Amino acid sequence: MKKLLVIVLALAMLATLAACGTKDDPAKKSEGVLTYAEYAAAAIDSEVVIETYVQAKQGWWEKEGVGGVGTFYTQDAEGGYFLYDMPCSKADYDKLVKGTKIKVTGKKAEWSGEVEIIDATFVIEDGNYTAPAADVTSLVGKDEIAAKMNTFIAIKGAVVEAVGQDAEGNDVAWFYKWNGAGSEGDDLYFKVNVNGASLTLVVESYLCGPDTDVYKAVKELKIGDKIDLEGFLYWYEGAQPHVTSVKAAG
Amino acid sequence: MKKAVLFLLALSFVLPALLCSCHGSRGMDEFVLPGEFDTSRHFDIVFWAKNDTNKTQIDVYNKAKDAFEQAYPNVSVTIRFYTDYSVIYNDVITNISTQTTPNVCISYPDHIATYMTGDNVVVPLNALMDDPDYGLGGAKVKFDSVRREEIVPKFLEECSFGGTYYALPFMRSTEACYINKTYVEKLGYQLPDELTWDFVWEVSEKAVRKDEDGTYAVNGQNVMLPFIYKSTDNMLITVLRQKDAPYSESDGSIKIFNDTTREVLDDIASHVVTNAFSTFKISGYPGNYLNAGQCIFAIDSTAGATWMGSEAPLMDIHSEKVVEFEIAVRTIPQYDTQNPKMISQGPSLCLFNKKDPQEVLASWLFMQYLLTNETQIAYSGTEGYVPVTARAQNDAAYTEYLNYAGEPDADHYWVKLAASKLLLDNIENTFVTPVFNGSASLRSAASQLVESTVKAVRRKETVDDAFYKKLYNDVQAMYHLSENSAGRGTDEGPLSGTAVTLLVVLCAAWACIAAVFLVQRVKKSKE
Repeated sequence: MKKLLVIVLALAMLATLAACGTKDDPAKKSEGVLTYAEYAAAAIDSEVVIETYVQAKQGWWEKEGVGGVGTFYTQDAEGGYFLYDMPCSKADYDKLVKGTKIKVTGKKAEWSGEVEIIDATFVIEDGNYTAPAADVTSLVGKDEIAAKMNTFIAIKGAVVEAVGQDAEGNDVAWFYKWNGAGSEGDDLYFKVNVNGASLTLVVESYLCGPDTDVYKAVKELKIGDKIDLEGFLYWYEGAQPHVTSVKAAG
Repeated sequence: MKKAVLFLLALSFVLPALLCSCHGSRGMDEFVLPGEFDTSRHFDIVFWAKNDTNKTQIDVYNKAKDAFEQAYPNVSVTIRFYTDYSVIYNDVITNISTQTTPNVCISYPDHIATYMTGDNVVVPLNALMDDPDYGLGGAKVKFDSVRREEIVPKFLEECSFGGTYYALPFMRSTEACYINKTYVEKLGYQLPDELTWDFVWEVSEKAVRKDEDGTYAVNGQNVMLPFIYKSTDNMLITVLRQKDAPYSESDGSIKIFNDTTREVLDDIASHVVTNAFSTFKISGYPGNYLNAGQCIFAIDSTAGATWMGSEAPLMDIHSEKVVEFEIAVRTIPQYDTQNPKMISQGPSLCLFNKKDPQEVLASWLFMQYLLTNETQIAYSGTEGYVPVTARAQNDAAYTEYLNYAGEPDADHYWVKLAASKLLLDNIENTFVTPVFNGSASLRSAASQLVESTVKAVRRKETVDDAFYKKLYNDVQAMYHLSENSAGRGTDEGPLSGTAVTLLVVLCAAWACIAAVFLVQRVKKSKE
């Protein structure tokens, strides 16, 4: 009986510890931290303090004067935050894996329509959250899609359109760089039609390089293909998602 | 015991050798020009080229490669395309340590100065240029190579550091001001032939006036950034030159942290307060705002001319956002319109040293090919560039292109032609800044001064004496600059961790040897 009790108590303790490590309410904010709604309402150039969860990262670069910087797609339960060129050491960058909770203090900025946080500092906090892809298919082509900026999204049943023409004047489904002036390893651009609206998408090579499934999948696309896709709703003079997954429409 | 002594002795010989090899891996033997180019051998050479995300430029590079390979069937050229000078710079720096640099590379002179800190990494070109057989216009060159005197002297001099040529100019551009003339006139002004800073600021301030509904009166939109500067390092450098204020000297002395810089930053700040001024780094591409009717004065390279205007062949915004307007092209604003000053910029060609001098010679021949009329005229026509040779500039095909009077088309987009003519008319009014190891960092610092000031004003921080004092200190520290520094090459910085470890081990080995020797001596004396 005693042995059984010990085993039960030990299991209970393990379960509690496990729960401590993973359970977190991504909508709950610490003292002095903005909710997503407050962040969205904050003026451009104002200081913002947020708590958010890393969802993906573009890469780490050495930068003169600050050592290094990383660019991150992050999100809480309410919305997305793009952290551009956030100073961090390579060691810290490696710690910021998917789901990691961080408290960020920086300046809200807008570059060609993309709302982001720049000149930021961060601390890692306890907590973990991975955002599910929000289906924005019905919002494509509408102004309302801006509310989903920087979040992880899904678009279903998109039809591949010609992104442009090759040197012989033939329609093509994808380009290296926005106009075909690139080569293997550069960003891939392609275009889809959803609800009658055209949407340009990018396989951002720092986020998903040439060895990734999505990079390879986009290079196999044909005009007229019907696809489901996922990615982060980046903005450049309009919605321009950074795609992380492309599959034949289910 | 003897084994231990032998091991330590061996270690003491091996470690210095390792240290020497570490040092040696950074250097290379000086290039010696071979007497004859060996056409019996095959050479694979690599060219890192920069384009402006412009497919036609890629086509021009590929045509040059094909034509060169026809002339020299024993040479194969592989081109790697870049769209950003700074990425090329970083990649070259990374590859210098592993001796995997390209053979030929598009570069800015400031960047080449940094490459030159490695031993014999960059090939000095004087001997190559002057060689009667394989030099510029050389007798044994298998194409119509340009002669030295045909390269525009001012452009060639920009590639000379300390009396030695380390690059050849490839294309030249300057900055231009692309203007929404429609809005200037709507605001009650006539656009002058030469812009002054006073005029640009005055019109910009008037353009930020809003109607009662909160939209800007001049465009009826919610967004208006009247004046956007693409390159803020160029902005500060040019304004200082226009005011005859110091920036740097050829010995590497840093002079930018002066009172005139402070005045310039103050002036800029006063127009940020009203939202009359912004920058590319803070807001986005000037051309996008110009084409959307949200900017009146967009200063960008003449090599960006094909993106400017509502009829521009290259467009980065949705067609429904484009606003119809009359565009005008002018030189950048001046303080003294009788004595205009503008920056000279554009790609240059840098030749990297290799173990095999024949490979370097093959690369040099390809580099020369890029100065032939075929390449120069074709490439300059892709943007508002100017050929760097008088031969190309005076060629009938080029003058016909410049003076095109036919139906409007993308190849002869008039804004691009106007931008090229603007530079051709002002070659003698262009300038470059001194090049030295650290000049690239100084350029970054110039940009940082402007960007930080603009950000501070936008963020409603107090911009006063204390702000500028801190800004100067921060930027000096960030880019390792000081008023009296003579280039960054004088400070080699601390030893790497590996070097320190090896030196410590070496010292320890010698200490052990000494200890063993002493112990043995003591033992012997006791015996």
